[in-house]
Amino acid sequence: MTAKLKKSIRTSKLVNEIQPSGIRKFFDLATSMDNIISLGVGEPDFITPWVIREACISSLERGYTSYTANAGMYELRVGIANYLRKQFQLSYNPDEEIIVTVGASEAIDIALRAIIDPGDEVIVVEPTFVSYAPLVTLSGGKPISVATTVESNFRLTPTQLINAITPKTKAIMLSFPNNPTGSTMTSEELLEIAKIVEEHDLIVLSDEIYAEMTYDGKHASIANIKDMRERTIIISGFSKAFAMTGWRLGFVTGPADIISAMLKIHQYSMMCAPTMAQHAAIEALQNGMEDVRKMVQSYKQRRNYIVKSFQEIGLPCHNPGGAFYAFPSIKGTGLTSEKFAEQLLLEERVAVVPGHVFGSGGEGHIRCSYATSLDNLKEAVTRIGRFMEKL
Amino acid sequence: MDEKDQEILHLIEENARISVAELAKMVDLSVEETALIIKELEERKVILGYATVIDWTKVTSTETVTAMIDVKVTPKRGVGFDDVAERIYRFSEVRALYLMSGAYDLSVVIEGKTMNEVARFVSDKLSTIDSVISTTTHFQLKKYKHDGVTFGDNDRDHRIVITP
Ligand SMILES: Cc1ncc(COP(=O)(O)O)c(C=O)c1O
Repeated sequence: MTAKLKKSIRTSKLVNEIQPSGIRKFFDLATSMDNIISLGVGEPDFITPWVIREACISSLERGYTSYTANAGMYELRVGIANYLRKQFQLSYNPDEEIIVTVGASEAIDIALRAIIDPGDEVIVVEPTFVSYAPLVTLSGGKPISVATTVESNFRLTPTQLINAITPKTKAIMLSFPNNPTGSTMTSEELLEIAKIVEEHDLIVLSDEIYAEMTYDGKHASIANIKDMRERTIIISGFSKAFAMTGWRLGFVTGPADIISAMLKIHQYSMMCAPTMAQHAAIEALQNGMEDVRKMVQSYKQRRNYIVKSFQEIGLPCHNPGGAFYAFPSIKGTGLTSEKFAEQLLLEERVAVVPGHVFGSGGEGHIRCSYATSLDNLKEAVTRIGRFMEKL
Repeated sequence: MDEKDQEILHLIEENARISVAELAKMVDLSVEETALIIKELEERKVILGYATVIDWTKVTSTETVTAMIDVKVTPKRGVGFDDVAERIYRFSEVRALYLMSGAYDLSVVIEGKTMNEVARFVSDKLSTIDSVISTTTHFQLKKYKHDGVTFGDNDRDHRIVITP
């Protein structure tokens, strides 16, 4: 037997089926260079507000270093329930409808594993966060991608949804405000989607981690629509709104039966989320909202700046209503998004992420994160403009 | 004052050198509208000046000494503390002056080239004012934060270049 053959049977078929993230490839290229201006970062440029860091330090000083309840500290779950009620008029019971997870990432994983049987289809609305489709595959399901387009402002249309549904469809993954397009959906638009979801008896996984970063109007949660709460799992967390990406802390809410199934997986695979991060999160919810407000204000100003600047240099860009990404079209250049991003990096040292890594519908666009300083944005726009002129 | 005015004020408080064109884009107004708002805010003396925070310790030949002086005074009938305050703040050495509650009345921030210069100001100019009863001088040893700006370089961006 050759070494090669041996290797091929060492890893599971499911794992072999998924590709390494396209972001990884680009990351390797970008990190091999210096003096780069990066618009490639999918996380806040703020450091976690000091009150939150201080609460973590203090919890360590007091010696809180043991496990917490599987679902997370009760005080934190109550805090999350209050937060959701106040910010989004969502009502969840901290006893049996909330789990504190290791990032929104874990929440997505256990939600899928809790609801998917082998062969079930899950509709993934793309372009979107890179983890969804691979995690569907790893849970034994089949991701069915639906490509939204700039013509509909990257919103899912009812027709698109109906066309993607088959008898095997079990669930649909939505994420608004969206990474990478920044698109949001209004309650009216979600209502159309909700009707179809109900008619076909689907479950909705709604990743609302960017909800706080909604700039024009209010964030709409599909769980607020009549009868949708019973079939919606909301995924969220502290990473984006509170600038806490490295803390690995998220949460998930949903109807008790699904949450209890998710808790089984969570208790065996994770036991509980990090204790010091949970202490910090309690503080974040109690005393961090003013910081959130300031950060969101700053993202909004930078959103305005980058979108207008892109228009000035002839880079068509729809107005992203949320998150901290602009997703301009580079179709006019005739390059693929991969080529565009690569050449831009090599020639002008600006790192952006090619749109195709976010799934179908993403080709022809680049993701530009504006969670970076105004000076960086200015310089990036100048360099991208120069790059475009040379093409 | 409307929301846009306040937004502009916050932005230029943080960075007075931001251009009107950049500012206009950020607050979603035209360049003309933004310039007009700034002009009005200047005329109404809402904007009082544009300052720069400099870390003078990095400029070797220009070191200065700063002291905060607690001053107790006897307020004068009719004009209260305002009269004596004005006499004090007119000196160019005085960088800031506040009326305080508590153990003393006025807090005076003095800047001089040397400790001696500050000491001389206190003994010759400040203590000799009629209504001044006593002074307590505190010299600043190091500046960590001033006007909301921290001194030092620990605000570096630690993020890796590309993340999901
Ligand atoms: C839409 C979306 N969901 C989830 C995550 C992951 O969040 P967390 O850091 O909480 O795992 C990200 C991170 O980029 C994201 O963009």
